Amino acid sequence: MAELGPLLEVVLGGLMSGVLYALVALGFVLIFKASGVFNFAQGAMVLFAALSLVRLAEWLPFPLAFLLTIVIMTAVAWAIERLVLRPLVGQHGLILFMATIGVTFFLDGFGQTIWGSNVYQLDLGLAGPLVLALSIFFHSTKIGRALRAVADDHQAAQSVGIPLNRIWLIVWSTAGIVALVAGMAWGSKLGVQFSLSLIALKALPVLILGGLTSIPGAIVGGLIVGAGEKLAEFYIGPSIGGGIEYWFAYVLALAVLLVRPQGLFGEKIIERV
Amino acid sequence: MIYRETGQFRTSYAEDQAIFRLRQDKIGIAVILAIAWIGIPFFADEYLLRAILVPFLILAIAAIGLNLLLGYCGQISLGTGAFMAIGAYAAYNLALRLPALPLLLDFLLAGLIAAAVGVVFGLPSLRIKGLYLAVATLAAQFFADWAFLRLPWFTNYTPSGSVTAPPLDFFGWVADTPREKYFVCLAFACLTALLAKNLVRSRIGRSWMAIRDMDIAAEIIGIRPMTAKLSAFAVSSFVAGGAGVLWAFVHLGSWEPLAFSIDMSFRLLFMVIIGGMGSILGSFLGAAFITVLPIFLNQAPGLVGIQLSTAMVSHLEFMIFGSLIVLFLIWEPHGLARLWQIGKEKMRLWPFPY
Repeated sequence: MAELGPLLEVVLGGLMSGVLYALVALGFVLIFKASGVFNFAQGAMVLFAALSLVRLAEWLPFPLAFLLTIVIMTAVAWAIERLVLRPLVGQHGLILFMATIGVTFFLDGFGQTIWGSNVYQLDLGLAGPLVLALSIFFHSTKIGRALRAVADDHQAAQSVGIPLNRIWLIVWSTAGIVALVAGMAWGSKLGVQFSLSLIALKALPVLILGGLTSIPGAIVGGLIVGAGEKLAEFYIGPSIGGGIEYWFAYVLALAVLLVRPQGLFGEKIIERV
Repeated sequence: MIYRETGQFRTSYAEDQAIFRLRQDKIGIAVILAIAWIGIPFFADEYLLRAILVPFLILAIAAIGLNLLLGYCGQISLGTGAFMAIGAYAAYNLALRLPALPLLLDFLLAGLIAAAVGVVFGLPSLRIKGLYLAVATLAAQFFADWAFLRLPWFTNYTPSGSVTAPPLDFFGWVADTPREKYFVCLAFACLTALLAKNLVRSRIGRSWMAIRDMDIAAEIIGIRPMTAKLSAFAVSSFVAGGAGVLWAFVHLGSWEPLAFSIDMSFRLLFMVIIGGMGSILGSFLGAAFITVLPIFLNQAPGLVGIQLSTAMVSHLEFMIFGSLIVLFLIWEPHGLARLWQIGKEKMRLWPFPY
């Protein structure tokens, strides 16, 4: 058992950050499932939510600040739906993706303009039950089915009477709330600062690994990436200069893409040419 | 009225296939080239050359590289910065380890090395597309960042990781003043623009566009997706690599891996979107816009008497870039280049639009 000590520690540390990756990835999956948009802005939303919460909690009791942040995130979701997605309905996925990159930059700048750009401390535990509730809600309710219909085909969904815009508002708000949870979790680990926004980049390989459309996939993928990169750093890192955490997740995702493009749990939706 | 083709007849195939077919266009480009080659070097001061024009020209080259891939072939890349870095470090190592080679050959070889790496990271594009490809190119970005930071061989074991370019010696002519550096960049920019313009009008460029517009249809009419996509990756990475060499050798002089981080990739993406996807002119317009906007933002508040902190300015920059991207995607997906085209149409009819 003595030799297992450090290994166990590495794996546990990796799993911890894996849960956090999974939280960010979850927001991606929700939006991708519902609107077919690959929301690059999820990381920016995480940062924005965490910043709002921290700053509001400075002069409000915490529960009130939490509720107010939810309201703010819903407003952000509404603004994104109204100002960005609605004019771009039916556009190519690539265009929507680039639009969310624009949103990312805007939110990063906006959040830091109104809330300031210092590092803030946040002490909180994980909000696992919330995640569980969300995944059940999206898996087995009427709204959940409507979401999948919208994701499949905007026009078809609209023509059978699914209110496209309302569904999008719902899903973006939910993603905003997930971002808030992720922001709380990351914030309590790293402090609330700009680098939170960069976590989004780590969540992309998690998504590829788990499959773009699978909520359990996002969680399992997050755990695999978290534990995998720590293990790789521990065993291979020293021999090639260290710091391989930086790209390990991406190379893993690339390998998965080449072998199993739909990811571990994703639906087979990739068209090959 | 001003921009009218009336009375200009094209009587040979060569005339019909010229890049600039209208007399007005020919005069326009001649004026622009004259300003760029003769006017600016005479009148621009050192600051303008060094801090604005040189980066603008180099970024325009890089934007052309990305535009060939994204605008013409429809393959998104978030790793252009990585290919620039590969070009820069390849040229550095070639100059360092094979001092016998002339610098120009180093540049060329560095571009080819970047192209080879580009093809490797383009391989996933044969199986995946769109968003998935974005992740694959991000992998290239992070891997390159890491490799140049952590593998000391690339940086010749300098303890700080920052490397210095050799003097710009082109067969005995050394470019060391800002004016000479400007000429070097201008020459490369003109050459790249000409080659790119002709490339996209040729068979291979047309096959890229066919892949972009509908890959399955393109395959059915006999275009090989593999050749088309990989050649787009190769050419794009070659151009980006060349731009990286210029950025490192001409603009920065000495640099560290951070110079080619993901920020650079995003900037280039913005240039292509704002300038115009699928337009060579757009690459220049976008590069000019993105180069000048931050400088303008730094100066403008001071001019009207408002003092903003530097942090505030950089946040504002983020916001403005972000909103511009969204606005352009919504209102004018073909960017500034398309606006220019609309302007030309207007000039054609002016002053009697109906």
